[in-house]
Amino acid sequence: MKLYCLSNDPNKPCHVLTFREITMMLDCGLSMQSLLNFLPLSFVQSNRLLSLPNWMPNDTSDPDLEGELKENGDRVFVDSPPEFCPPLDKLVDFSQVDVILISNYLCMMALPFVTEGTGFKGRVYATEPTLQIGKLLLEELVIYIEQCPKASFATQWKNFLRKCPYPLNEAFTPKSWKHIYNMTSVNASLSTIQMVGYNEKIDVFGALQVIPASSGFCLGSANWVISTEHEKIVYLSGSSTLTTHPRPMDHHALKNADVLIMTDLTQTPISNPDSMLGVLCVVVGLTLRGGGNVLIPCYPTGVVYDLFECLSGKMQELGVSNCPMFFVSPVADMSLAYSNILAEWLSSVKQNKVYVPDEPFPHAMLVKSNKLKHFKHIYSEGFSTDFQEPCVVFCGHPSLRFGDVVQFIELWGNNPRNCIVFTEPDYDYIEALAPYQPLQIKVAHCAIDTSLNFTQANKLIRDLKPKTLVVPECYTQPPVSAPNLTELVIGNHPDSTLIPYKWGEVINLPLKRKQAQVFVDPNVAQNIIPIEVKPGISLSTITGTLSVKDNVHNIQNTSGDANMNKPVKYEWGSLNITEFLQKLSQEGITDAKVESLGGNVVVIHLQDEDALIQLEENSTHVVCNADEQLRTKLRHIVMQCLKKF
Amino acid sequence: MPELKVTPLGAGQDVGRSCILLTMGGKNIMLDCGMHMGYNDERRFPDFSYITDGSLSPFIDCVIISHFHLDHCGALPFMSEMVGYTGPIYMTHPTKAIAPILLEDMRKVSVEKKGEQNFFTSQMIKDCMKKVIAVTLHQSVMVDNDIEIKAYYAGHVLGAAMFWIKVGSQSVVYTGDYNMTPDRHLGAAWIDKCKPDLLISESTYATTIRDSKRCREKDFLKKVHECVDRGGKVLIPVFALGRAQELCILLETYWERMNLKAPIYFALGLTEKANNYYKMFITWTNQKIRKTFVQRNMFDFKHIKAFDRQFIDNPGPMVVFATPGMLHAGLSLQIFKKWAPNENNMIIMPGFCVQGTVGHKILNGAKVVEFENRQVVEVKMAVEYMSFSAHADAKGIMQLIQHCEPMNVMLVHGEAAKMEFLKEKIQQEFNIKCYNPANGETSVITTPVKIPIDVSLSLLKAEAKKFSSLPPDPKRRRTLHGVLVMKDNNVCLMDVDDACKEAGINRHVVRFSSTVHLNDSGPSLATAHKLHGFMKDKLPQWSVTFSEGEISVESVLVKVEGDDDENKNVYVSWTNQDEDLGSYIFNLLNTMSQ
Ligand SMILES: [Zn+2]
Repeated sequence: MKLYCLSNDPNKPCHVLTFREITMMLDCGLSMQSLLNFLPLSFVQSNRLLSLPNWMPNDTSDPDLEGELKENGDRVFVDSPPEFCPPLDKLVDFSQVDVILISNYLCMMALPFVTEGTGFKGRVYATEPTLQIGKLLLEELVIYIEQCPKASFATQWKNFLRKCPYPLNEAFTPKSWKHIYNMTSVNASLSTIQMVGYNEKIDVFGALQVIPASSGFCLGSANWVISTEHEKIVYLSGSSTLTTHPRPMDHHALKNADVLIMTDLTQTPISNPDSMLGVLCVVVGLTLRGGGNVLIPCYPTGVVYDLFECLSGKMQELGVSNCPMFFVSPVADMSLAYSNILAEWLSSVKQNKVYVPDEPFPHAMLVKSNKLKHFKHIYSEGFSTDFQEPCVVFCGHPSLRFGDVVQFIELWGNNPRNCIVFTEPDYDYIEALAPYQPLQIKVAHCAIDTSLNFTQANKLIRDLKPKTLVVPECYTQPPVSAPNLTELVIGNHPDSTLIPYKWGEVINLPLKRKQAQVFVDPNVAQNIIPIEVKPGISLSTITGTLSVKDNVHNIQNTSGDANMNKPVKYEWGSLNITEFLQKLSQEGITDAKVESLGGNVVVIHLQDEDALIQLEENSTHVVCNADEQLRTKLRHIVMQCLKKF
Repeated sequence: MPELKVTPLGAGQDVGRSCILLTMGGKNIMLDCGMHMGYNDERRFPDFSYITDGSLSPFIDCVIISHFHLDHCGALPFMSEMVGYTGPIYMTHPTKAIAPILLEDMRKVSVEKKGEQNFFTSQMIKDCMKKVIAVTLHQSVMVDNDIEIKAYYAGHVLGAAMFWIKVGSQSVVYTGDYNMTPDRHLGAAWIDKCKPDLLISESTYATTIRDSKRCREKDFLKKVHECVDRGGKVLIPVFALGRAQELCILLETYWERMNLKAPIYFALGLTEKANNYYKMFITWTNQKIRKTFVQRNMFDFKHIKAFDRQFIDNPGPMVVFATPGMLHAGLSLQIFKKWAPNENNMIIMPGFCVQGTVGHKILNGAKVVEFENRQVVEVKMAVEYMSFSAHADAKGIMQLIQHCEPMNVMLVHGEAAKMEFLKEKIQQEFNIKCYNPANGETSVITTPVKIPIDVSLSLLKAEAKKFSSLPPDPKRRRTLHGVLVMKDNNVCLMDVDDACKEAGINRHVVRFSSTVHLNDSGPSLATAHKLHGFMKDKLPQWSVTFSEGEISVESVLVKVEGDDDENKNVYVSWTNQDEDLGSYIFNLLNTMSQ
């Protein structure tokens, strides 16, 4: 069994696992850290961005590079449509991938890169919410980028990387970066997805079974259990043990694995999501009361549902409930609607509401009472009439490189009464804000990441007791942001062997399959006569016709052929010479002459016949020429002196 | 041979009161727990005393409810709260949401209107629902260590499911009610090729091959249109959820298209609530509704308004949907009594009616209906039956059998005579056994066993290697031979050497050798070649190999020795395991030499 690591970002994972001749991709995450090196896309011309000075390396005067790089503060940005870092395609031929398992909607953004134009012929498995909400995320991303077409594509800068200042000079594999896919690819790619339910047993070519188990991280999120009758591999991706809106994590299914691959742990190892939420509520309250607006860059789904619920309650308490909340995203309406029809994937508290029947999330009520207003874009019909300050705006994209958030920063950035609150953990907020500096707007960092932190992950490993634990190498060292906090690692667990992996590596996983399963027909089973050879150990031979269909082995009766049906027995133990000679004489053979050849080898000559028997500890050789009657008699006697099973 | 036992307590050669006891692998499972709408006495509920007189908990391991129709779940609170059952009850999420509402509705009609005693209370419905575990489609649920269940989409009504049940090596599929053709708001039933030992299928429309859906709809709309055109009133008795929503969608679009003005009423406070369920469980409706639900809610009706009791006596045409569906109680019956004597009016029965209900009577042509209080109602209105119930017809049932490939079929939830007909057809077409037990009658079905055992991979690999080395022959059978080692609680099949090692014993190899004298001139290698050809000829089923002058078949070795003169010694040797083959070859060579 081999594991290929194709993504550099443990939170946007992509692996390939080969096992029992099946090539299986585990998640299809798209690393978007590359975005931070690009200038924001604005659909109304931003004079500020347009007037940024060009940047050129000191000793270079390449005219082709002219205008590709812009400078703001101490940062250099690429002035071009943003590019993304897709999974490594050098290690595995995507046309050979049989199955892709998707854990959650945040781990499928690279799917069109893998399934389209690569010759991919396999199947993709994901839960219904993963497909539906993932579709919204993919659509949103495409719309955001396509609505701001750029006249030119910068290409030369990649040849001058080493001369660029930090962090551009340290950008990860920029030559492999790609422009975004289009809607046609998105739709084609999504059509390869087959929807599955939690705990649904999915057969993969008869060779393996895969089961998605609830992971508690977001709507429809799953961990995958890959098993045969004898092996169990668990792939653990975005998981949460906190109580928010999704169905709780199913631990039981993950226990006692031979191999546990663990990835997508928290990106905010130092902070706690509950206290972050508390800070967020305070910041929003203070800002609104001070007459300022709150801008929350976010994805159109996920924690944002909890924020609507929590903030509306808090705003009521603080007496600022007259301030509206705006949710602006090309897929805002779809996201709100879908979240309320996926009750079967929610926590039991939310689920029980539909039995009343009430909508599981209060945002349907908030929309009805006009406390929450949703629009596709800020230029959508009705937005300008409904827009009222102070207010809270939720909009994308969290990288601040495209989406309506770009306009809101332009609008509110120079007023220190306003506040921008970072809740999504995917991007470094300082980097995200860099192209907009200097800004007057207040900045609050309340990243809410509900995925497992290191304490929770280590506890989980102790509970699950995997034989082998496979984690990204970066989890075995303290986080770069806190090198002294040595407890923030996946430590050594006495019951588990730890194997770290890195991007681009191929890991051999210690899973030596020794056994398989066969189904024995009752007629065959009837012929099983166990013979106890030692206390507690019995043996019996089995012979039957083997039929193999879809990798399932059956043993049936060898019908018809009488020869084949005769049970074959095996002799064991040693032959006692005295007993053998006795039996010989009982049968009238009295001329036996025993000759010892040394060692344990003894030869018995039957002098009157043309026959001899050579006896060793573990073998008997009857040499008898031409006289079948005699040979049969000798055989009979030898058999009497040996044990059989 | 292991057995499956099935005893219908209801729905055996009968429609209504579905309740089937299934025993497999020592586990007892109750499939549905319905009530019979046609009775007011104890026949209303299944006869649980068949199982025991006391609490059912020690005798039933789990209860599975297929959908929210009362003939499938109406006896549930009676069973769990009054007879006594504390174990788990499984149903889908929509069924869990909707069933208690229908139960409460029925309870009200029975107790408050009909004054029935000894009926379950509202609290009992609530307590009963607490025992329910909701399941999702295709999710594999372990009821205990042995019972595994999985729900499949059944179409019939929102949340209707077929259940696959597995205990040990045995498996059963229970369909509940299902529909093999998609309708206006639901998709078609679907199941994979799960090859159950037994398929228990409903057979409501066992002999009907329904005309095309479109024709039925056109017919329905034409009749309603004609009636309102002549100023008549149309009564459509329905259950609050299910068909009602489909017919509403149908009328709504027709009214819109034809620009009709006659009012349509939906006579139930539940309407809006019911439609809310459809909105929230939209994932259970068909593709088209799912795709468009964000833009337009199919269940927000423009032309259909809430009904008020006072409208009964309003003059002029109208169309009224009223519950319950079989005219056995409640508002639909009340309206019927008022409107029946007028020949201008029409009643459309869109679903099946069980025996004993007013619906059943008028569908059978009753011109006068008598009620308990001696009230007599003359039926002059037109009575139309439109088979809108989403059940599988004969073709659909055959399709399902084809899809899931069962070893046996059992028909329930149908009329005896019609079942016989379909039974014949199934046995003929699929060559499998078909059962249709009556209530209280037990069918015993034997099932084959397949015993899973572990096998060493090296044994399988050695066989595969040997098999693929032989020239391809479609008739050649693959043979697996090995030794089963039973040690502690482990059982594993492996080759004999591994088995001896595992058991810690020494194998003793017994070998026989004999020499045959053969007259054949030329080099011994040439003789060996000749013998090889000869043996291949004589042993067509075996793999006879030749290597370095030696011929071998299994453990039998044949060697030729001697000079270039005429006398050759042919040496034959074999192990005791190949005694038959070895002595056969030896005799063959011996005969040849003489
Ligand atoms: Zn039904």
